[in-house]
Amino acid sequence: MKSMATRRKVIQRMMEGAVFMGTGGLIWGKAIQTTTKADYVLRPPGALKEKNFLKACIKCGQCVEACPYDTLKLAEPGDGIANGTPYFEPRSIPCYLCTDMPCTDSCPSGALDLKLLTKEEKPADINNAKMGLAVIHKESCLAYWGIRCEACYRACPLIDKAITLDYEVNKRTGMHAKLLPIVHSDVCTGCGVCEQSCIAEKAAIFVLPLDKSTGEVGDHYIKGWEKKDENRINDDVKKVDDEKDVESAIDYLNDNDLIDD
Amino acid sequence: MRKYKFLILRRIIQLSILFLFVAGNYFGWELLRGNYSSAIIVDSLHLSDPYAILQILASGFLASSSVLIGALIILLIYVLVGGRMFCSWICPMNIITDLAFRLRRMFKIETEVRISLPRNFRYYILALSLIVSAVFGLAAFEIISPISMLHRAIVFGSGAGWAIVAVVFLIDLFILKAGWCGHICPLGGFYSLVGKQAVIKVKHDKDNCTNCMACFDVCIEEPVLSIVGKESDFIRSGACTNCARCIEVCDDNALKYALKFDLKK
Ligand code: SF4
Ligand code: SF4
Ligand code: SF4
Ligand code: SF4
Ligand code: SF4
Repeated sequence: MKSMATRRKVIQRMMEGAVFMGTGGLIWGKAIQTTTKADYVLRPPGALKEKNFLKACIKCGQCVEACPYDTLKLAEPGDGIANGTPYFEPRSIPCYLCTDMPCTDSCPSGALDLKLLTKEEKPADINNAKMGLAVIHKESCLAYWGIRCEACYRACPLIDKAITLDYEVNKRTGMHAKLLPIVHSDVCTGCGVCEQSCIAEKAAIFVLPLDKSTGEVGDHYIKGWEKKDENRINDDVKKVDDEKDVESAIDYLNDNDLIDD
Repeated sequence: MRKYKFLILRRIIQLSILFLFVAGNYFGWELLRGNYSSAIIVDSLHLSDPYAILQILASGFLASSSVLIGALIILLIYVLVGGRMFCSWICPMNIITDLAFRLRRMFKIETEVRISLPRNFRYYILALSLIVSAVFGLAAFEIISPISMLHRAIVFGSGAGWAIVAVVFLIDLFILKAGWCGHICPLGGFYSLVGKQAVIKVKHDKDNCTNCMACFDVCIEEPVLSIVGKESDFIRSGACTNCARCIEVCDDNALKYALKFDLKK
């Protein structure tokens, strides 16, 4: 009888433990989710992709201490950004692309990685940073109104590479040119110096994280005018199961029957 | 003064470390930079908190070799030598929770929670933190740790940091005696587990003991003192923080720091 009682106690204990672990884990997890609920956040140069960055960053603040411009800040509870992780807001202080990359270099955990600032075996270069991508809202950009501005273009540390000016006739006046800033996503570092310099009340050029500012066409469109892309057709055809009638599938659209019907 | 000699020494060490962190941020000193999870000494030696690294590994990221080695160094120091000494000699939260503990004693605040929290509650939190880290892909304790928050409050002037620290202080003061460090903190729990067989321990001499109970009064982990007055032995529990409060309040020379080399349970 006694062993029954103790056994019941043990089982009750285990149940209690399980309930504690379950509810505790859920509450804890929910708390984590609310602290990471911000739609977007800009990380220091050389940061891993957000998901891995969140795992890796040990929240030591060494990158923040290393930044000579006080660009980087550590998130606080209530910011909606994982508590203690570094981020920056370019409209107040952008990243000035230090050539010696003190922030990336100081990170002990691998959350910021100099390798991500390296291209083609060359030494790390801050200009390879991809913190985000500057996007222009034309309707609030004075240059697109036809008024001469160029503030962002002049400010950009990669002037004439990350931002260029396009010339366009001002159809309204018929006799002036519009000097339109255009951002090139292959070069732009996401440093946000342009965003800070924008003279509009709310910046008309602003940095968004790459996943928020880029699209993706998908594999099924091919640039027929580029040799390399065109080759993808043949590669894809080779990959397809032999048993299927691939040739006729390709010719399907060219087939006259389609039109005749 | 003899009654406080270790306490004063501990505070000097804790505050000096804090000061060096502050100086690292504000004056650019390179002696010590970073925080209690990962720091760098004289711009060359990385040291890391093994429990923080464990959470990062649990979340599914292989941390860089410099922090892994740094964590191993720290782990070895406490496992072999210091036991749970991080808590009483390094951790800045200890200053806060000790203050709450002292005020409770001074003003005889006796409140306790109804459902008393078991001392090994922290081991459940410890296990849970690793599970949550794995499931949510993020070091779970690091994101809420009052230790990191206190560091950020002092070094970076984080207001929210102070708020969290205040909550812990008030819980300790009014709700549960030694609530945070004695029952909840998983980092303290971690060092209790891994530091059990460390060399530095407090040793009790029953023959000198007059059963005055002064040590029980000052110990934040009083269950570890169960042998006092009964047998002469080391305080073997890993939960003892090696703070030496018991040693300094004992008027009868019945407690002292000693080196333990056996591996008895
Ligand atoms: S590159 Fe320079 S300015 Fe930019 S975040 Fe790093 S340290 Fe700060
Ligand atoms: S230095 Fe690295 S680990 Fe430390 S806060 Fe910055 S990104 Fe995180
Ligand atoms: S964010 Fe703006 S300033 Fe920085 S590189 Fe891109 S376009 Fe230039
Ligand atoms: S129990 Fe936790 S908060 Fe308390 S001293 Fe130890 S590590 Fe610091
Ligand atoms: S037994 Fe002594 S040294 Fe250990 S925690 Fe208690 S007061 Fe501190």
